Parts: sequence; structure tokens; C-alpha cells
Amino acid sequence: MAETDSASPVLDATGVSKRFGPVVALHDAALRVGRGEIVALMGANGAGKSTLVKILTGALRHDGGTIRIRGREGHFASPAAARAAGLVPVYQEPSLIPHLDVADNLRLTRTPREAFLRWASELGAPDVPLDEMTGRLPLATLRILDLARALASEPEVLMLDEMTAALPTDLVERVLKVVRAQADAGRSIIYISHRFAEIAAICDRATVLRDGATVADLPVEPGVEEKIVEQMLGAALTPVVPAAHAAAAVAAAGPPRLRVRGLSVGPRLSDVSFDLRAGEVLGVVALEGQGQDQLFDALAGFRRPDRGTIEVDGTARSFRHPADAIAAGHTLVPGNRADALLMVRPVRENIALPLIARPAKWGPINMREEAAIVAEAIARLQIDTRAQGEARRLSGGNQQKVTIARWIATGVRTLLLFDPTRGIDVRTKRQIYGLVRDLAAQGAAILFYTSELKEIQAACDRSIVIFNGRVVDEIAAGEATEANLMRAAYGLTGRDHAAGVPA
Amino acid sequence: MTDAASSAPARAAGFLRRYPVVTLLILLAVLTAGLQVTSLIMYGKPIVNQLWFGNRLNYAIALAMLAACQTITMFTGGIDLSAAVVATIVAFVTATLTPSLGAGPAILVAMLPALAVGLLNGFGIGVCRVHPLIMTLGSGLIATGFLLVYQRTVIATGTEVPAALVWLGTGRTLGLPNVLVVFLPFAAFLIWAQGRWGFGRLLYAVGANENAARLSGVRIWQVHMALYLVAALIAGLTGLVYVGQIRQASLSLALPLLLPAVAATVIGGTSIFGGRGSYAGTIVGAMILAVLVSLLTLLQIPEGARRILFGAVILAVTAVYVRLSDQG
Repeated sequence: MAETDSASPVLDATGVSKRFGPVVALHDAALRVGRGEIVALMGANGAGKSTLVKILTGALRHDGGTIRIRGREGHFASPAAARAAGLVPVYQEPSLIPHLDVADNLRLTRTPREAFLRWASELGAPDVPLDEMTGRLPLATLRILDLARALASEPEVLMLDEMTAALPTDLVERVLKVVRAQADAGRSIIYISHRFAEIAAICDRATVLRDGATVADLPVEPGVEEKIVEQMLGAALTPVVPAAHAAAAVAAAGPPRLRVRGLSVGPRLSDVSFDLRAGEVLGVVALEGQGQDQLFDALAGFRRPDRGTIEVDGTARSFRHPADAIAAGHTLVPGNRADALLMVRPVRENIALPLIARPAKWGPINMREEAAIVAEAIARLQIDTRAQGEARRLSGGNQQKVTIARWIATGVRTLLLFDPTRGIDVRTKRQIYGLVRDLAAQGAAILFYTSELKEIQAACDRSIVIFNGRVVDEIAAGEATEANLMRAAYGLTGRDHAAGVPA
Repeated sequence: MTDAASSAPARAAGFLRRYPVVTLLILLAVLTAGLQVTSLIMYGKPIVNQLWFGNRLNYAIALAMLAACQTITMFTGGIDLSAAVVATIVAFVTATLTPSLGAGPAILVAMLPALAVGLLNGFGIGVCRVHPLIMTLGSGLIATGFLLVYQRTVIATGTEVPAALVWLGTGRTLGLPNVLVVFLPFAAFLIWAQGRWGFGRLLYAVGANENAARLSGVRIWQVHMALYLVAALIAGLTGLVYVGQIRQASLSLALPLLLPAVAATVIGGTSIFGGRGSYAGTIVGAMILAVLVSLLTLLQIPEGARRILFGAVILAVTAVYVRLSDQG
């Protein structure tokens, strides 16, 4: 453990607050980083982590509180000002400009080339193709180059956001070693990661955010993981509701509706296997960016998997286009409603869209039949049709219902719901849970990813937990408390614990 | 339902949103009345009579037919800049082949280049994902080149516009232009199909949100392929109608109609961003342009100023229309 220079911290933020209109993102956030220290910044989805990071790196301005940099109060007017003052972030998404080659990217940020190449080689990328278009490089290389560029600018405080995501194991080890060496050489590091193993390996302290406030500042020592999870969840844990759904999987014998084996998609999703039976709602629990997007894309025909098989009713299928997936009964409700809706078209056309997708259906529409199908779907989902002339005039909840109604209208076999309740009101959420249970009771198979852990108990029979691109746990509805799910989502379960992370 | 707080412009805008074509018809009526009044003041006699009406209707129909290509491609957020070239080629090939082959076979052969350009556009836009503006500009230029080559090979043969096309283009029955025999079913079919055929709906869907269409199982390339093929065939049909009106095939026959056709589509309320619009609006837009040309000619404004005014009016009408109907 490096000694903590808490007498004069390099960065000291206290009581930081930030509102976005009526939404309070932060109200009492604090973060202190001493010289030579690595501080983990932890928090569940929506705790305010990214807002705090954006404030510290000059991308956002805080409303209240004080930020001291080397003892002097101030803030950065822009990301460039933050960099100039020695606070350099490496974000989760690659920041090199894809249409420029690596050398031009370096020139753009006035990064010394020699230092950059030295760091890149140190980090496990010895032969950087300086004249290659950045956009053509693989994701893992881009992340290493981002870090090398940050290190080459000799930052005083380095902010690393999920630095090891999408990196293969050997590179993760090198990165952790370099980061620790940097701290030992006197630099300060803010380390954001979902991987407890890494935090235990290199961090000195962990600062935990919950609902916009800093609730704990814990020294990293054996067993701290449990304390951190406790703090992230807060005291007000919802009591365990026994699994209310008696909807046992229909036809337990025979092949499952969907059997996924060894599915790998891009750098994010590797070797995922699970079964989904008719009549079952299977929850998917994962932190941001653990590969769940790629899983849903592959199942819906938007991306072709690199490896692995997708079997529907015992037959192997390969989807080249969403139309192929739909033919196999796979229908997707994507996370972003704007991706799914014809915003300037009427509700009716939005719902009836799959009915006319195939060239055989391009001719005259049976308007009466269509009106009946649409009306039934609207009634079933209780869609408020006062503004049905254009989908964009509907409320978020009603828009989401329309994207689901589209598939209800044609009869659901396998429904892929990607965070279907994001940003919608509580009443609509309840309606959607009810609908999901109804559909399952009628024999549909439903895969339900949610970013809100308590929804797993509200809607699912069991859930799988994806961490770092792999299924790390399977939790029955009865045991799916928020604490259990959270622990599993952070990879803190016995099974497949390490999951590509060096101990 | 009366809302005391809603202002007159707000209510007018609401009306426009619900009945865009009605509003355009009002504009058309106002323009026509203005034309009549101007004529009475300047020359002491009315201009709007049966002859004028037939003449303007003929022009508006040719424009509206070429604008159909722009309208249906614009539903998807595209455009067809090769339409005027295709119309010209079909007209020219028909006129040059009629003396040797006779009218029927000449027209059939003449539609082949339209088919080829349509397939090329559909392949480029649907499969190779080239932007429609670039693709149709390119295919239009290529087709123009072929037309010039073709013209050299037929330089000795005479040209003849088939009598049926002349009857269609210039004849009148009961005071109405014969071309209505073609145009009325054509327009009625397009207006029916745009909202009540699966293909018509898909055009709007692709224009409104390509990703949502793909998510719903639509193979976008199929839609583009069929769309640009249909657009090219409509352009060919326009060429046949127009050469009957002009009664003389030339290498630049329909080219001056291209940009007015785009203008008619936009004035008619079809969004260039795709996803909304109606062929009914385009027809009224074409009629508005036809009256506008008449008005500017009547005012005896010099050609330069006439073009300036024409451009300014198109911009103004479109701006007002887009603002009021809350597009974009």
C-alpha cells in the first residue's frame, strides 16, 4: 500500500453538486486523491459516477461544492484546460479520431512521438503502425494507444474509465503493472472499474458513490468487496420477495426454444451458453458494456457471431439479416426507442410494419384486417392513442409500448427485450412486467435484459449474469435479491470468478 | 374543443398539418385569381379560359409525372436526378425507331434503357449503398453519354412521333386534354398505393427510420431496387407523354423539367428528409408552378428577373410550408 499523502492531496473535491433541470445528478460528491495514490471510484448505474468524472475533467461545470487542485480552488473550463493542468482522462470509448492515421492523431494533441512509442511498447503494443488509419485498428489496440498517449503527456492525475474492458488477459496484466508503477513513481490515478479483482490488485482506496453522494471512502484490504457492494446498494435493501411466478417452463422435455452454445461476438462477448424454454422469462444481468448488446444483436440478426451456435427448437440457425431472425421467431425490442420507431409516422403504421416487410406482402393491404390487428395490440398494451398521428408525439412509455405492440400483433414466439423499461414511468413499467408474464404464460420465450436489478424479481423466472463477456452465474428468481445480483454482476461469485482477470 | 388561448396562426398551422393538400389548393386558387386580376388590369381581358386551362394542365401533368419519380424516391429520403435523362432517352429512341419498327415495338424497345438505368440505380443505392444524389447523377450522365452515341448511329434516319402519342399530348376531348386518360388512373393509383400498398408504406418506413425498418424484417436493398426501377419506368412514361406534347424529339427534351419537378415535390409537402409527403401534394405543387410560370410570362418580366423571381417564390413557398407544417 502506498502511503497516502492526505495532508495535501493533488485533487480534493468536496460537496460537489450538479443538476440537470429537475434531475439531481450529484448533491454531495467528494473525491480526494493524494500523490502516488490509486483511488477506485465505484457506484451502481445512475449513482453519478460519470457526472463526477465529467466535472473533474472539465466537460461539465458543477453547480456547487469546491474542487481543489494542488490546494488551489478552481475548476477547468474545458477538457483542454484540464489536460493542460495535468489531469488526463482515458475514456471507455476510444478517443483517437478514426479517419486520421496514428501519427496525425499524435500531432493533433501535440503528443511527443518517442514517449508515445515507448509507452505503447511498454503496454504490450510494440509495433504501432503510425501510418495506419486509426479506425482500422482493433478495439484493444486503440485502448492501449489511448493509454500510451495519455502517459506520454506525463499527467499529474490520470483518470482511467474501464481501462481493461475489451482487453485480452495478457494486456490487462501489463496495463495493471504500468499503472501501479506510475503510482509508485508519484503520479495519482482515479481508477474506474467494475472488476473487483483489479481493484484489489492495484488500488489503495475506494470511494463509493450512491444516489449522487459519496457514501464511503474505504481502504482497499482483503474483504473490502462485500463492504463496497453494501455501500453501493445502501441500507434500504428491498426484502426478498419469494418467486411469485409459478409459470414453470412449458414442456420441460424436448429441446428448448432457444439453445445458445459458445457464442462469441466481437471483442466483447466470448463463449456464452444458455437455454431459454418456451413459457420462461430469462433475465440477463450485466453491468454496462459486458457484451449484452452484442448478445442481443446476434440473436436478432443484426450481427453475425464469430463463433458458437444458436439453436431454435433443436435446429441450428444462422441469421444473416434481422428478417432471418424474425423468420425463426426472434423479435427484438431494442434499448433505444429511437432505433425502433418511425417517429414521423402514425402509430398504426409503426405497429403494422412487420406485416408488410416481405416482398410477397408489398401489394394492396387488407385495411380492415390490419385495423383489427392493430386495435387488438393497442388494447392489449393499453396504449394511449390520443396522439397517434405521429409516434414522436407519444410519451416515452407509450412509445415503448408501440415497439412491443409491433411484435404482439404478429404473435410472439421468442421476444428479446433489451432494457425495455429504461426511462419510463412506474405505472407503465408495471404494465410491461404484467405483459411479459402474460406472454410467457401463453407460451412465449422471453429474454429480458435490464439495467435495473429489482426488475429481475418482478418479471423473471431465473436470470443469467454476464460479466466480461461470459456467463458467470445463474440465479433463480427466489435468490435474485439485489445484493446477490449486484455481487454476481461484479463478478464476485464462486463460479468462474477470475473470468479473464488476473488475480 | 375550442381553445381560446390558441392563436390564429397556431390554428392555421393545425389545419395545415391535417389537410396539407387543401392549403396548397387555396394557394393555387389565390395564384390563379392573381393571374386573372393582373391580366384584366394590364390587358383589359381575362387570361384564364378553357384554352389556357388545357395548356397549363398539359404542362402541369408532364411536370407532375416527372415529379412522381422525385416524390416516391423522396419518401425514402432519396432523389432521382436521372429521371429527366431517362424520359428524354425513351422519347428520342421511340421517335427514331418508329419509322422503321412502328409505334408499338419502338416504344417497347425504348423502355429498355429506362429499365437498365433503373436497375443500375437500384443496385448502386440498394446494394452498394451509394447516396441516391450521387448515384442518379452518375447514372444520368452515363445515360446521356449513351444517348449521344446512339444519336450518331441513327443520324441518317428520320424521326417520327407516334400518332397516338401526339393525340395524347395535344388532342382534346370535350375541352379536356386527352392526356388525362393516362394521368388520372396514374395519379389515382399512386395515391392509393402510397398509403395502402405494402410497398408504399415501406417507402415511408425506410425514409422515416431505416434501422426500424430493418429491425422489422425489411431487407432495405429490395425496397431500393424496386423503387428505382419503378421510378425509371415512370420517367420513361413521362418521356412518351411529353414527346407527344412537344411533337419533336430532341437530345434535351425533358431536361428543363428536372429541377421544376423537384421543386413541385417539395412545394407539395414531401419532406426531402424522407418519411412523409403525398403524391396528391406533388400534383398541386406542379399546378402551382404551372400557374406561376404563366404569371411571370404575363408580367413580361425579362428572362433573368423571371428566373430570380421563380427561385425566390419556390424558396418562400417551401419555407412557409415547412414552417407551418412543422417539418424537419
